[in-house]
Amino acid sequence: MAFIDRAARSLFLTELLSGMGLTLKYLFRPKVTLNYPYEKGPLSPRFRGEHALRRYPNGEERCIACKLCEAICPAQAITIEAEPREDGSRRTTRYDIDMTKCIYCGLCQEACPVDAIVEGPNFEYATETREELFYNKDKLLENGDRWEAQIAANIAADAPYR
Amino acid sequence: MPKLTIDGMDIEVEPGTSVLQAAERLGIEIPRFCYHDRLSVPANCRMCLVEMERSPKPVASCALQAQDGMVIHTDSEMTHAARKGVMEFLLINHPLDCPICDQGGECDLQDQAMAYGFDRSRYLENKRAVKEKNFGPLIKTFMTRCIHCTRCVRFADEIAGVPELGAPGRSEHMEIGTYVEQAITSELSGNMIDICPVGALTSKPYSFVARPWELRKTDSIDVMDAVGCNIRVDARGGEVMRVLPRLHEDVNEEWVSDKTRFAFDGLRKRRLDRPYVREAGTDGGRGRLHEASWPEAFAAIAQRLEGVAGNEIAAIAGDLADVEAMTALKDLMTSLGSANLDCRQDGALLAGPRGGYLFNSGIAGIEQADAILIVGANPRWEASLVNARIRKRWLNQAYYGPVKIGRIGDAADLTYRVDHLGSDPAALQAVLDGSSPFSQVLRDAKQPMIILGMGALARPDGTAILDCARRVAEAYGMVRDATEDEPAWNGFNVLHTAAARVGGLDIGFLPGEGGRDIRDILIGTRGGEIKVVWLLGADEIAAAHFGDAFVIYQGHHGDAGAHRADVILPGAAYTEKAATYVNTEGRVQRARMAVFPPGDAREDWKILRAFSEVIGKRLPYDSLAAVRSRMAEINPVFAREDIQEAGAWGVFGSEGALDAVPFASSIDNFYQTDPISRASDTMAQCVAEILDQAQAAE
Repeated sequence: MAFIDRAARSLFLTELLSGMGLTLKYLFRPKVTLNYPYEKGPLSPRFRGEHALRRYPNGEERCIACKLCEAICPAQAITIEAEPREDGSRRTTRYDIDMTKCIYCGLCQEACPVDAIVEGPNFEYATETREELFYNKDKLLENGDRWEAQIAANIAADAPYR
Repeated sequence: MPKLTIDGMDIEVEPGTSVLQAAERLGIEIPRFCYHDRLSVPANCRMCLVEMERSPKPVASCALQAQDGMVIHTDSEMTHAARKGVMEFLLINHPLDCPICDQGGECDLQDQAMAYGFDRSRYLENKRAVKEKNFGPLIKTFMTRCIHCTRCVRFADEIAGVPELGAPGRSEHMEIGTYVEQAITSELSGNMIDICPVGALTSKPYSFVARPWELRKTDSIDVMDAVGCNIRVDARGGEVMRVLPRLHEDVNEEWVSDKTRFAFDGLRKRRLDRPYVREAGTDGGRGRLHEASWPEAFAAIAQRLEGVAGNEIAAIAGDLADVEAMTALKDLMTSLGSANLDCRQDGALLAGPRGGYLFNSGIAGIEQADAILIVGANPRWEASLVNARIRKRWLNQAYYGPVKIGRIGDAADLTYRVDHLGSDPAALQAVLDGSSPFSQVLRDAKQPMIILGMGALARPDGTAILDCARRVAEAYGMVRDATEDEPAWNGFNVLHTAAARVGGLDIGFLPGEGGRDIRDILIGTRGGEIKVVWLLGADEIAAAHFGDAFVIYQGHHGDAGAHRADVILPGAAYTEKAATYVNTEGRVQRARMAVFPPGDAREDWKILRAFSEVIGKRLPYDSLAAVRSRMAEINPVFAREDIQEAGAWGVFGSEGALDAVPFASSIDNFYQTDPISRASDTMAQCVAEILDQAQAAE
């Protein structure tokens, strides 16, 4: 009997027709592809993208040069130098991240006691030269200023789970 | 001997031992903040509470003397509850600012809160805030962090001997501070930073600069004075970030002086990082120094040395030179046929048997002395840790027995009671004659000691004073061999101020046969008989003395020597080379390389080895091990590290008339004594804020 069954399926091209049927079904379904870069997919608030250094609402930079991010960084991508600022507070004079070394593990933002260094939602920062990926403090603060609204919203969204 | 049980282990200890010390001997750790091995016991932090059977309450183990039959539990529920409670109280007013605190990562409170504390706070009220105090240019205060252990107060009172700190106010209002706003005037004040268990007292020059976990730690030896303090050099990248003491019971215990701890920032300033050669000036004068390569600098020297006879060349070693470099320079000079060598640039003509220039009793030996005669020295400035040891001896008379201290020299506050016997050599002569009131003291003493400073020896009549001091030592039985009843004692002590000096004397960096000593070398350069002078870091000689001589300066700082030099060879400072130093006790100690020398600078013996090849008189060593075996060949003491014993006794000094000039200390400015500390900003600030403040008060 198995022989007749198999012969009948081959004769009436059932496999081909069921495949074509599936294709026909997806023709009428909504499309899943995105027209990147004009369209973008949703991101989790925990998404770990490009780094940024944040400021307080009054404009004061958050980073206090505790160097915990530098210490925990498994790729040793962060370099910090610090000294007392004119008003006596503890600040960095240098805060560099080598983005070519970074493995985007997010341990730096976990370690930060003041939520200064964060991995923001931006993932579109490809550059033409390698040197452009050696971020310094100015670049990181600029990132922070640019993405602050979204970063703050992400941190607020994730806060209940921390 | 009381026998007690701690955590089920029996131990027998000497009477007077505290429970905490007994536990420590068993390897049981008891947390503590206020207790410190070398300070008195106030028992005010309560962190060391332990459970004792038959006691209703936990007891403070640091203040509880071990008694027979005690049963202690350090791991019981009561102990844990007590520790947790105490920790919670301590943290009530301690700010949670570890990320911006310099103590973070090496903080007793942080560590013990992790180990013994509770994981959250139940305290919701406002924390206490305390105003910052001004402790001077070295110590940064953050008094809100203070937990009132009073270690700093006790250190100032007991070790440093400057009762300037106190804790006015009670309970919530208690604050540690100087009673009147002023910098702490102690030369040991930096140690308060180490003993502070929290971040209340931190190092001002080091503030916010680095974290303990990013520093590379290298064991080294200090060269700021001749005590040879054991230090640890902490470096990051190519820069020394801080200097900390290392424990050595016989030398510096666990303290170092402020100069040792803070002068290292001079290592970044005024450094010689490439060779220089002075070009010929117009109309025969001296031109400007211009940068050169090593071969050019060597060629300039080799060219000048051509046709110069051996006895027209001289070499002077400075106060920071290491023994390796002096060995190489000595061998180089010998190969050039010169015997004009000297390492005693201050003119203190010490030589002869080793016992004649060592601190024979050892620094730890001070604790055994029962009469101390200090001649022409200000140990507080010349060797702060020797002074701290004398003070320790003086403070603990109840334990060690009574001690009398006499002093011949200027009137200075040494932080302990001193009988001032006079200020000129006549007073020393009087001690020898027996007409001085101190003669009887010395006669009665079992372990008498004389400490002879450079202020007495670096004078025209220095050798006569040395002779007189030797006679005093012999007359009062300060030097004696071991007998059946008691061990040998040698209380003849020379207190050096230069780290290189004893090493130089041991290696024989002294005029050879027919050679000139330092005074004759300078007479020769002024008169033109000496044509070439090689200065190995010698900076304490005025430029005018060199006349028209061709001066080669090998060293690490652009100080007096380099200004006069015709050729500059950049060498390495003490943190930048593997080097041997011999301290005033004759203890051979080795420093390791912490960072590389800047620019083209090289280790000093290597420079000399390279130069010897240029003039075709190759020195026979190519490695550090080979230099060190050559050192051991010259003097076997260099084969044995870290051993202190009295030197051989003999006749030294020379009879002569004593001048009537009063003794003056060889140091008039504690903070700036050598090229490194003169280049240091921190030391300059200390001079401005501490010394000038003290002078203004007078």
